[in-house]
Amino acid sequence: MSTKGKVKGIISNLVIVTVDGPVAQNEICYIETGNTKLMAEVIKIIGDNAYVQVFESTRGLQVGAEAEFMGHMLEVTLGPGLLSRNYDGLQNDLDKMLGVFLKRGEYTFPLDEEKLWDFKPLAKAGDVVEAGSWLGEVDENFQPHKIMVPFTFQGQYTVKSVVTEGQYRIFDKIAVVTDSEGKDIELNMTQKWPVKKALTCYTEKPRPFRLLETGVRTIDTANPIVEGGTGFIPGPFGTGKTVLQHAISKQADANIVIMAACGERANEVVEIFVEFPELTDPHTGRKLMERTIIIANTSNMPVAAREASVYTAMTIAEYYRSMGLKVLLMADSTSRWAQALREMSNRLEELPGQDAFPMDLPAIIANFYGRAGYVHLKNGATGSITFIGTVSPAGGNLKEPVTESTKKAARCFFALEQARADRKRYPAVNPIDSYSKYIEYPEFEEYIAKRISPDWTKNVNEMKTLLQRGKEVQEQINILGDDGVPVDYHVTFWKSEVIDFVILQQDAFDKIDSVCPIDRQQFMLNLVMDICRTKFDFSSFTDVMDYFKRLINICKQMNYSEYQSEAFNGYLKELNEMLTLETAQK
Amino acid sequence: MATKAFQKIYTKITQITKATCSLKATGVGYDELATVNGKLAQVVKIMGEDVTLQVFEGTEGIPTNAEVIFLGKAPTLKVSNQLAGRFFNAFGDPIDGGPEIEGEEREIGGPSVNPVRRRQPSELIATGIAGIDLNNSLVSGQKIPFFADPDQPFNQVMASVALRAKADKIILGGMGLTNDDYLYFKNVFNNAGVLDRIVSFVNTTENPPVERLLIPDQALTAAEYFAVDHNEKVLVLLTDMTLYADALSIVSNRMDQIPSKDSMPGSLYSDLAKIYEKAVQFPAGGSITIIAVTTLSGGDITHAIPDNTGYITEGQLFLRRDSDVGKVIVDPFRSLSRLKQLVIGKKTREDHPQVMNAAVRLYADAANAKTKLENGFDLTNYDERTLSFAKDYSEKILAIDVNIGTEEMLNVTWGLFSNYFKPEEVNIKQELVDRYWAK
Repeated sequence: MSTKGKVKGIISNLVIVTVDGPVAQNEICYIETGNTKLMAEVIKIIGDNAYVQVFESTRGLQVGAEAEFMGHMLEVTLGPGLLSRNYDGLQNDLDKMLGVFLKRGEYTFPLDEEKLWDFKPLAKAGDVVEAGSWLGEVDENFQPHKIMVPFTFQGQYTVKSVVTEGQYRIFDKIAVVTDSEGKDIELNMTQKWPVKKALTCYTEKPRPFRLLETGVRTIDTANPIVEGGTGFIPGPFGTGKTVLQHAISKQADANIVIMAACGERANEVVEIFVEFPELTDPHTGRKLMERTIIIANTSNMPVAAREASVYTAMTIAEYYRSMGLKVLLMADSTSRWAQALREMSNRLEELPGQDAFPMDLPAIIANFYGRAGYVHLKNGATGSITFIGTVSPAGGNLKEPVTESTKKAARCFFALEQARADRKRYPAVNPIDSYSKYIEYPEFEEYIAKRISPDWTKNVNEMKTLLQRGKEVQEQINILGDDGVPVDYHVTFWKSEVIDFVILQQDAFDKIDSVCPIDRQQFMLNLVMDICRTKFDFSSFTDVMDYFKRLINICKQMNYSEYQSEAFNGYLKELNEMLTLETAQK
Repeated sequence: MATKAFQKIYTKITQITKATCSLKATGVGYDELATVNGKLAQVVKIMGEDVTLQVFEGTEGIPTNAEVIFLGKAPTLKVSNQLAGRFFNAFGDPIDGGPEIEGEEREIGGPSVNPVRRRQPSELIATGIAGIDLNNSLVSGQKIPFFADPDQPFNQVMASVALRAKADKIILGGMGLTNDDYLYFKNVFNNAGVLDRIVSFVNTTENPPVERLLIPDQALTAAEYFAVDHNEKVLVLLTDMTLYADALSIVSNRMDQIPSKDSMPGSLYSDLAKIYEKAVQFPAGGSITIIAVTTLSGGDITHAIPDNTGYITEGQLFLRRDSDVGKVIVDPFRSLSRLKQLVIGKKTREDHPQVMNAAVRLYADAANAKTKLENGFDLTNYDERTLSFAKDYSEKILAIDVNIGTEEMLNVTWGLFSNYFKPEEVNIKQELVDRYWAK
């Protein structure tokens, strides 16, 4: 018998239900109103009163309405067919919903029950398996989708039988396993997992070290993120958070990309819907949509489901990681998620922390980022979840609670800067404030030396030093005036401008410049650093400016040209002539 | 329950605050409307038998034995073609002396559009104002506010945008409009002979502030009627959203909620998003575009209202008086239209994106030169040229009194480039320079 209850109080989407039996924290219940059932989650219990947050509008709900408790927490359904789908924060398939407007209380099944999958067994009768062991494999959009022993299973099981290679539906029996007490359990291709619990079917989580190529120069070259790494992008509105995030999700070298649009603009999600089926993955040549899952809980969708959406996304990411795949998870924006927590904490009349956010916000954020990572699975394979979240700091002030809490949890910091955005220097990532902790990892240094070249790290550090130096010089010029400093100072400043214009700035809307593969990044960095190491001798600061402006213009034309093409090499020749001319004069 | 709740009359109010009153009642639905001595109110909290009502007009003069009648429904608006050309108050009652509207009664503040059913906005809304069309092109289905100080002519600019945009219907949601501004809009629409395309919901400064909370939902319900039922292109004007947010904070304060930043309710973001996200391009061809006004205090955009708005809307338009040319301009640095990428260079000429960026970059160089000048440093020849460019650019492109077509805007800008600069100084793709550089 499941626990039942009756509605006693309503304040917006916080509903108080008097229950007649046991209830658990975070348990799901359905409240009946009119002809629909509203899904809700228990968030506080006092005596026989359960406080639940309803994932829908409570308009018209009355005291005395019936509630039924389901005996489980908020779960997602995992199985083949998740890819290319568009879900809301509770994993309802948005495409299955009829009508232009969302209907309250409409819940749709996330997978396709009828589709036939080509199943290949990986385990055989007699194998000893445990939660997360691979039983078989189906081909899902060219990804080897592993069918695994349910993660909820505890201890060891023996495989009794696995079906032969062939076509099966998700609910068809594909294996029978026997538990330690000799009981047979039939398994199909699906399983469920509560989203707020981390899925930990792995043996260890070593420090990540492999570069995750994003094709964005200011990330890959200056502050790289790694497979299984964590990063965040804070920035005031209008600084290009979403453009940068979309660029990363389009170009990153990952098997699976999950995008959680959490409390952001609906039109931005529409952009993904429109573009991704058309665009191709630069690494495989297949359509981007094939590797993508979108969790869309836009800002006008119910607030409580917004909080759930990031967990839904993370759980699906963990599922694919357990198959030994490289997953990239993007959440835009984690601030909206934090605000959802705040709204509820406020209705619960909890004592507020800073800016009225709940006191445990830093812990919640740290916990969430902690679920990402590079793991060794029990069968020796590796998988990873790289997580990049955006933060929308209130008033653009990075000293607010969400940014500060995230800074403690994430290892890469891509600070978007208003001043850079105002000057249209996109991506507006501040090169000096931003950092990647992974650069300091010796295992990363070793890896990158092999992957790119042994002098890569040295070049990058030299570049950063020069940027810093350029900024200092610029400040001095601002104070002392153009002719108040030696001409050399201008040369240093303009060298840093070359780095800024040629390496850091990138046109996300240009077909060629938007994606910069790592070999091209290496070429451009070498080129720019060679320019920076060249000794110039100008007689006046106006000469310096004119010269470097021309030089930057040529380099930019190179960025706009196909790599190694005739046009590209033409500009390169022009550039070299310019350099020899200037140095030969001496 | 045998008797319907709305037939029952309650006469015992247990608690009265400035904006709310409470009583014991049963069978009441959340969000339901009620009348308290004839004043309209809405259920905001139910705790067992205790029901709290938010009285829109305020609770002045309400006695403890006031008659409370529950209406059994959420706020509604009657929709039909009769709406066109009419003026209403926050409750949807006519204020122009005309007859009541006959039509289907719809709940306001209805559900959101399923994101997968939306279409990507792709139609340019030309306004003739180059500061908007060139640098911050508007697209149908977009939502964008003017960020302006109260003394700036935002209502005038908004009115001319509304008249030049080729919308089938223009819906004005006026919140805390001064009577003078209300009459201004009425006159402008009347003189332009477009009154039959306009529907107005107006709450003036003379009306109680809490009533304003209904205005955006009323306006957008009417907008959805025309955009969904008639597939029309609807432009919704909301002025001033800062006063709307202020009304939100009044209510949350009266309900003892813990304020977050700038004494705004913690739910401000969601409350504003619910309104702005009604902007949409429907699959059947209708669209809702929202142009709003958020007044600032001393240009401060870090205040919670503009800040949250900026995160929700697809850009913002800044007005600023440029003392160099003595005109109000659309500030190219702080203004932004996020959807412009969908139309510029696609619906407009191919050189649009690069020309736009190059001009703004040069304008930024001029700003640096100006700082140098103010600090008493010598200017280089390049600095001098950027300053001259900036002045021309401000006058011929950014000023709000400019009214030209998009191609002409581009040609004018190329002309300015060649007047003051060499091609390598503007950083534009060579093939475009070859094609458009004014010789």
